[in-house]
Amino acid sequence: MFGAGGGTSSYQEIEDTDLIILWGSNAREAHPIFFHHLLQGVRRGARLYAVDPRRTTSAQWADVWLGLDVGSDIALANAIGREIIDAGLVNEAFVQRATTGLAAYAAAVEPYTLERAEGDTGVPASVIRELAHAYARADRAQLCWTLGITEHHNATDNVLALINLSLLTGHVGRYGSGLVPLRGQNNVQGGGDMGALPNKLPGFHDVETDLPARARFEARWGAPLPPKRGWHLSGMFEAMERGELRTLYVLGENPAQSEADQTKAIRLLSGLDHLVVQDIFLTRTGELADVVLPATATWAEAEGTVTSSERRVQRVRRALTPPGQARDDIAILCELARRLGHEFGEPTAQEVWDELRALSPMHGGMSYARLEALGGLRWPCPDESHPGELFLHARLWEADPQRRGPAAPFTPVEFAPPVDALSEDFPIRLTTGRRLDSFNTGVQSGRFSSPLRRPETLNLAPEDADRFGLEEGERVRVCSRRGAVEAPVHLDASLRPGLAFMTLHFPDQVATNVLTIDATDPKSGTAEFKATAIRVETLALAAPAVPLPEKASA
Amino acid sequence: MSVRFADLPRRLVSLTIDGRAVRVPEGTTLLEACRQEGIDTPTLCYVETLTPVNVCRVCVVEVEGARALVPACSRRAEAGMVVHTDSERVRLSRRMVLELLASSVDLSLAAPEVRAWMQRYGADASRMGPAAAPDGHHRDQAHPGHHRVGDGARAETVAQPVKVDNENYVRDYSRCILCYKCVGACGTDAQNTFAIAVAGRGFEARISTEHAVPLPDSACVYCGNCIAVCPTGALMFRSEHEMRQAGTWDESRQTVTTTICPYCGVGCNLELHVQDNTIVKVTSPLDHDVTRGNLCVKGRFGFEFVQRRTREG
Repeated sequence: MFGAGGGTSSYQEIEDTDLIILWGSNAREAHPIFFHHLLQGVRRGARLYAVDPRRTTSAQWADVWLGLDVGSDIALANAIGREIIDAGLVNEAFVQRATTGLAAYAAAVEPYTLERAEGDTGVPASVIRELAHAYARADRAQLCWTLGITEHHNATDNVLALINLSLLTGHVGRYGSGLVPLRGQNNVQGGGDMGALPNKLPGFHDVETDLPARARFEARWGAPLPPKRGWHLSGMFEAMERGELRTLYVLGENPAQSEADQTKAIRLLSGLDHLVVQDIFLTRTGELADVVLPATATWAEAEGTVTSSERRVQRVRRALTPPGQARDDIAILCELARRLGHEFGEPTAQEVWDELRALSPMHGGMSYARLEALGGLRWPCPDESHPGELFLHARLWEADPQRRGPAAPFTPVEFAPPVDALSEDFPIRLTTGRRLDSFNTGVQSGRFSSPLRRPETLNLAPEDADRFGLEEGERVRVCSRRGAVEAPVHLDASLRPGLAFMTLHFPDQVATNVLTIDATDPKSGTAEFKATAIRVETLALAAPAVPLPEKASA
Repeated sequence: MSVRFADLPRRLVSLTIDGRAVRVPEGTTLLEACRQEGIDTPTLCYVETLTPVNVCRVCVVEVEGARALVPACSRRAEAGMVVHTDSERVRLSRRMVLELLASSVDLSLAAPEVRAWMQRYGADASRMGPAAAPDGHHRDQAHPGHHRVGDGARAETVAQPVKVDNENYVRDYSRCILCYKCVGACGTDAQNTFAIAVAGRGFEARISTEHAVPLPDSACVYCGNCIAVCPTGALMFRSEHEMRQAGTWDESRQTVTTTICPYCGVGCNLELHVQDNTIVKVTSPLDHDVTRGNLCVKGRFGFEFVQRRTREG
C-alpha cells in the first residue's frame, strides 16, 4: 500500500479501535489468534461489520452481516464511497492534505447509487448506508480482509476499492485506524519482503525502476541482475502453455493440487522438460518431478526468520534433527549454485539475514540479538535504536509537507462480475474457503488427528437442497465448465440460496480445483478460486444417504 | 514488547506493605505491588493473561480496617492502605486453603512452589484423615445440594477416572482444584468458545461440558488453551498422559525451543517440547503479545506432519 506491500496496523490496535470491518475474511477459523485480538476489541465496545457471502463463524460475531453476492465487492465499496461523499462525511482535512485524485474518484463512484448497489450485491441499501455512515463517523476504524478480496480475477482492484474508502475517511496512518490484509501462510509476508515477487528485490525495491538499489545488490553480489521483471506463478503457467517455460524449480509449493483448474495444471507440469521439486514431503507435484530435493521443515528443523501479517519479523528455530537426507534450504541452494559454477560458501541463516539487513534498509535494525530480546520487530526498522513501526503511513498526517511526503492517490475502479458467469446450465455460485482445523491442500493438516474434521462435502443452502430434493450425506456430481467431481451434500445454514461452498483441504478425496477457474488477476497473479459456476447433478445410482456427523466450529 | 498507545501515565499511590513504604501506579493490584517488593505471594487461580476470579483464596492478605482478608490478585492498591502479608490470620488462612486442597485433590503434578508454600505455612493435609475410598459416586451426575456427607474421620476426595474421549487431550479431574482458569481461557478472556463451565455447588462443583457430554459432542474446538493455563496437570496433552502412564515422560531429557507456527500468517510463537527428537507437547509463551499463551488447534496439535514424512501419513 502506498509503496510498501504490508498491512498498516499491528494486532494490538484492533483491541483499541471503535469499528471493525471484516471483509471477505473468516478469521475465526482461518486466523484464530488474530480473532482473539478482534474479540477483545468487540468486548471493549467496537462495532463489528462482516462483509461475506457466507454467514461464517466470524460473521456470527458481527453486529451487522452484509451477505453480498460473490465478487460484487467493488459494487459495494464504490457505493459506500459514494454515500460517504453524498452525505458530506468525507474527512476533508485529510483528503486535501494527504491524497490526490478525489474528483476523479467521486466521478467514478457517482453511478454507484445505493439502489444500484442493492441490485448488484444483494445487500439492502439501508444496510450499505449504515456501514458507510458508521465507517466514516468512527473515531478509529480497522478494515481487514483476506482471500475473499484477493482470490478474484480483479483482486488488485478489489484491494484498491477498499484503500479508497480508508483515504476518504482518513482511516489510515493513525493508531487504531488502518488497513489489515491477513496473510494466509506463516511467511507470505516475508516472501514478498524478501523479493519473492516478479518485479521486486528484497525490501520492495523495483528491479526495473529502482536503479540505485539494483546497483547496490549487483555490487554486493558481484554479478549483474536481470533488469526485467519475471513471471508470477500464474504467469509461469501461461508461459508453460505457450511453451516458453520448459524447466521449473518448485520450492515448498504444491501447484499440482493448489492451482485453479487442476486438470490443466497437471497437464502443463507433466509436459515440462525438467521439473525439480524441493519440499519436506513427496507431494503430488513431487511425484511429477524429475528430481526431488528433500528439505528440512523451516519452522522446526532450521534456523531463520518469518514475517507475520503485522509486518513482524520473528525467529524460527531448529528443535528437531531432520530425517533422512533432508537438507536445509540454504544448503541446497548453495550446493546448487556451486554445481552451476557459483561459490556462495556455506552461510548460516544469520549470515544470510545480515546480508539482507545490509541491502534492505527497512530491515537494517533487526539483528538476531534484537529479534530474540524483543520477541520480533515490525518493519520498517532502519537501525538498531529503532523500535520498529507499530503502524505505517503516520507521515500522511504530518502538517509539514516535507515530512508528509508524496500524497496517497485515489484509484477509481469499476465493478466487474466474476469471469465464470452463472447461466441456466451452471446456476449455482460455488465459493471456497478454509475450515478451522485444516489448511490449504491438507499436506500439513491432514497428518494430525482432529475430532473436528469432517470429510469434504458440497455445502448447500438448505433451501437449495430442498429445491433439488437432496438429503444430507447424499452423493452428487458437481459440474463446472472445466470438470466434475463427486461429493456428499452437507446442508449449511450459513449459505444463502444460490450459494455453495467447498474447501480445498482434501484434494485426494474431492479435487475441488478440478472445478475452479484459472481466470487470473493480471497484477497479482491470483486466480478466481472464490467464484465458480456449477450445477449439481443427482447420481443415477445414488448410494444410500449416510448422515454426516454434525460439528459446530464456532 | 511494545508500549500500548492507549496506556496513559498513571498517578502513584503510597501504601504500606509489611511495614515498608511502597509507591505503585494507581490501579496496581496488591499482588503486583507485593511482587514489585519481592514478597512471594502464593497464587493458584491467578495468571496474568486472565481476569482474576478470586476463587482459590491462597493469595489473601490482611488490610487494616477491612473486616475480611482480601484477595491480593484483584484488590487494587489504595493510598494509605496498610497491608500485612504474613500475619497470623493470613498464615492460618493460607494453611487451611492448602490443607483442604491437598487432602481432596491430587496435587502431585502441581508446580513445585505449591509444596514449598505448604512447608512455609505448615500445611498438613493428613490431619483431615486418610483419604476416603471412592464410592463409585458419579460426580458428573450430582445435583446441587446432593453431596454425600462423610463421617468426618476420612478426607473426602474428588478422585475419579481420567476422561479420555479424544485424540488430543485428556481431563483428569481428580487433579482439579476448580481454579476456573480453563473456564476463563475457554470464555471471554481468550477463546470465546464457552465449551466448559463450573457445574454443581459446594464439594460437588466441577468443570463440565454442557450436560457433561464427551468433548467431541461439546462445543470444544481443541485449541488447548485450557491446558495451557491448568496449574495442576488436570488437563494434559494425550501424548504426555500416555508417556506418564508408560513411565517414559522425562522432562530432564526434554528441550524447549521457541519458533513460529507453520500454518497461517498471524505469527504465533510456539514452544516445542521435544524428547528423543519427537515433539511431545506444544505451548506458547504467556508473555508474548501475539498469543498471550493461546493457540488454535493447528498450532497446538497440528505438528504431527513434521514427524510423519511418508506420503501415506
